[in-house]
Amino acid sequence: MMQPQIRNLIDISDTPAALKGKADMVLERARWAAQVFQRYDRDATMAIVDAVAQAAHEHAGRYAEWAVEETGFGVVAHKKLKNELTAHPLVEHYRDQDFVNVCVDEARKIVRIPRPAGVILALTPSTNPIATINYKILIALMTRNAMVISPHPAARACSVDAVQTLADAALAAGAPDGVIQVIADPSIALVEELMASPKTAVILATGGTAMVRSAYSSSTPAIGVGPGNAPVFVDATADIDKAAKRIVESKSFDNSALCTNESVLITLTEVDARLRNSFKQAGAYLCNDDDASRLRRYLFHDRGFNIESIGRDATWIAQECGIRVPTSTRILLAPITHIGVEEPLSREKLCPVLAYYVAKNRAQAISQARAVLRLAGAGHSAAIHALDERVAMAFAAAVEAYRVVVNVPCTQGAAGFATALAPTFTVGTGFFGRSSVGENIGPGHLIHWTQMAYNNDVAETFGNYHGLTQDFGGPLPQAPSDGVPGSNGYRGATAEQHAGSLPGVTRDELRRMIAEELRAVLRK
Amino acid sequence: MSQAKLEFLDRSRTFWNPGKTQDWQDMGIDLVIDRREGYYLYDMDGQRLIDLHLNGGTYNLGHRNPELVEALKAGSARFDMGNHHFPALARTALAEALAACAPAPDMVYTAYGSGGGEAIDIAIKTARHATQKRKIVSIIKAYHGHTGLALKTGDDRFSKLFLSEDTQGEFIQVPFNDLNAMEDALRGRDVAAVLMETIPATYGFPMPKEGYLPAVKSLCERYDALYIADEVQTGLMRCGEMWACTKYDIEPDIMVTGKGIGGGLYPIACTCIAERCGGWLKEDGFGHISTGGGAELGCIVAMKTLEIVQRPEVRSMVSFISDYMRAGLEKIMAEYSDFFIGIRQHGVVMGLEFNHEQGAKPVMKHLYHNGVWAIFSTLDPRVLQFKPGLLMTQADCEEVLRRVEIGVGLAREELMGSLRRSA
Repeated sequence: MMQPQIRNLIDISDTPAALKGKADMVLERARWAAQVFQRYDRDATMAIVDAVAQAAHEHAGRYAEWAVEETGFGVVAHKKLKNELTAHPLVEHYRDQDFVNVCVDEARKIVRIPRPAGVILALTPSTNPIATINYKILIALMTRNAMVISPHPAARACSVDAVQTLADAALAAGAPDGVIQVIADPSIALVEELMASPKTAVILATGGTAMVRSAYSSSTPAIGVGPGNAPVFVDATADIDKAAKRIVESKSFDNSALCTNESVLITLTEVDARLRNSFKQAGAYLCNDDDASRLRRYLFHDRGFNIESIGRDATWIAQECGIRVPTSTRILLAPITHIGVEEPLSREKLCPVLAYYVAKNRAQAISQARAVLRLAGAGHSAAIHALDERVAMAFAAAVEAYRVVVNVPCTQGAAGFATALAPTFTVGTGFFGRSSVGENIGPGHLIHWTQMAYNNDVAETFGNYHGLTQDFGGPLPQAPSDGVPGSNGYRGATAEQHAGSLPGVTRDELRRMIAEELRAVLRK
Repeated sequence: MSQAKLEFLDRSRTFWNPGKTQDWQDMGIDLVIDRREGYYLYDMDGQRLIDLHLNGGTYNLGHRNPELVEALKAGSARFDMGNHHFPALARTALAEALAACAPAPDMVYTAYGSGGGEAIDIAIKTARHATQKRKIVSIIKAYHGHTGLALKTGDDRFSKLFLSEDTQGEFIQVPFNDLNAMEDALRGRDVAAVLMETIPATYGFPMPKEGYLPAVKSLCERYDALYIADEVQTGLMRCGEMWACTKYDIEPDIMVTGKGIGGGLYPIACTCIAERCGGWLKEDGFGHISTGGGAELGCIVAMKTLEIVQRPEVRSMVSFISDYMRAGLEKIMAEYSDFFIGIRQHGVVMGLEFNHEQGAKPVMKHLYHNGVWAIFSTLDPRVLQFKPGLLMTQADCEEVLRRVEIGVGLAREELMGSLRRSA
């Protein structure tokens, strides 16, 4: 028998009305979910967060493979690690912070009530698709926000699947339906509608400059971050061997697909020879001038950076350029004699190629580091390897970066995975980088607080807020479907169910897993 | 009231409908709808009303839904009503779209009317042809429209006026939720079909008892009658599923959808017919002719309506709206427990029950004066029809609840004075 088909005689899918209709519907569903989510108490919230973290952890490997296969960027093992780090360890980092309950400050006679943003529109990149999704979803859930994720088209399939997996886990753990949604078909026109909609409370934009600027132009509040181009200064007081090892570790981590990777190394004449030698020991290949020209031509087209090279192995890139390197090569060091517009290699390189510049003295080194960030990556990251804290201070105070990591791999350090900085996949580039936030973005950026403030006058006493909380109603009781078997009328408040605790994983197991993961990152 | 509105109402009385125009004035509702957008209506004097009447789901997706307007505009660049005698692209496309989401797997045919009444007439004619029997059983106080056959199935208030009530004993009415009465009506095996609103709307949404509808369907099967589901007000996701009858485990033989299917922009109604019941379509396909029925522009709008209501976001929102409204109404009911005594609900199909035989009328009036438009049940004025749209925002739902709390309080005061509320 012939089967009925849906045949669209009049296609309006590209019209503004259709795009707005689609955007409105997704966002309004999210607004409903956000409203209901705000009725949840902290236990119910954290149960959902833990369940989603567990799902992210369980699927870390599968999505790492999928992301590398779909995008060609990065290293499966490293992506798996990032996906795991943005699961339980991320949650543990914020475990003791309370984004749900009121906070009473007796001394200042102020009570603070957390107010979630509502609906967050998250744009996620192709370079770190799954880790960014894990991270954004978890910080949204910690703060009882709803999130709509619009993935980068180059990582569409794995991103859509991953968001759906986490959304299912959230729902199963008791989250409101629609609290996490994904745009399966993210056209530019649709994303612009989503960004411009008054139903979006804030845009959390991680990705290319054009997209971030577009978020800021949308008239909706935005937390967008600029690109990186981290200078790393190896000072004469550095432990040279350790510095080289850490930098190689950092640059080869996921083949520099993270925007916090070192881009231009600056060192001093007196360190040069020793440092080259240490790099060689650590698995770097030192390019000659001819190799460097080949790299320059390959990596930088007239249109900009060659995206083919993003997250590729050093040996793969060398082969593409016709440079013969040992198979054990982990990064390529390209010596340069200029920094600035005339030297493309002093721009951001999301691949294991590190420009290598020798300065005459510290003052020149700092001046060159400033020039690197003037060219690109303002407000992002910088690194220094030095044992003299005065040098570190002078460097950090001079460069226009909001995180300067010291004696640590910059990739992991600036992203908060090998330092005490907030673990993040959205690095605030602040005012230097034309962004609204200069810190690593975390859950705290996704809520504002209503502050109840009392009279300063000592004669006026502060209220007794001990044991007082907001009125958490919990999930909305399900309305009846009268007459449908099993509907059983309305159960009102008694129907309110609370999400259970994380199944199958004890706290000890969790700690053990986290410790293992952290050890892997910190191994250097 | 503005001078302009006074003058307009005079014209309305003179040229359109004196009785209807005046009745509303007598009920304290001086509404003349002018501009409309989303779930808002604007009176010609400017007052905004949140529409919870929606003309029985006609405006499910809001007034002048931009996607539907776009579909209609784009459609008019290619189609018009079409020629009803010929195979037609849009009619067949809509029929396929309906078959794809029909409540029964063998429901392949769609015959078209220009409104729900005509579609009911088609359903009745189809059942009579298929069974070669004449009798039709419907529910007392049921409402299926005002056309020739549909009229006879409903309350005699609308048929006797026109000397059009059934005089042949072909239209039998039984009480809702009464299986014995239903079986008595069917026992003679001379009934062509039972015509059933899944939830009788104009009767104030009394809810079918558990097991009632499936038992009626079984009785139909036992006594060789067809089951016609009137899903005009309950279909199209209003009960949280595409068709409410499926929630009650009914696979009807014939189903009628109307009102909302045309998106409030182009009137159209559809009679979906199981293949085995559609014999007349083969025997004499010209048997029912309707120039306006299934106009192709209406089909274009209807296809877009079907596409929109089947989006996953809509299912989710219907559930939120149902739960949220219920939670809010429960609070209001607790506050006025001696007056507001019950809520009938299935999804966003809701009836609010008041402890006074005309109770819903003053509630309607006070809601009207507080910016909400919801209409009483014509055939049971104790009940207010409360019908939020499928896409209502949380903010609008909160607005409605805020205003309902005020309106119900004022209505209670009007009817019961400032007596002490019972605890």
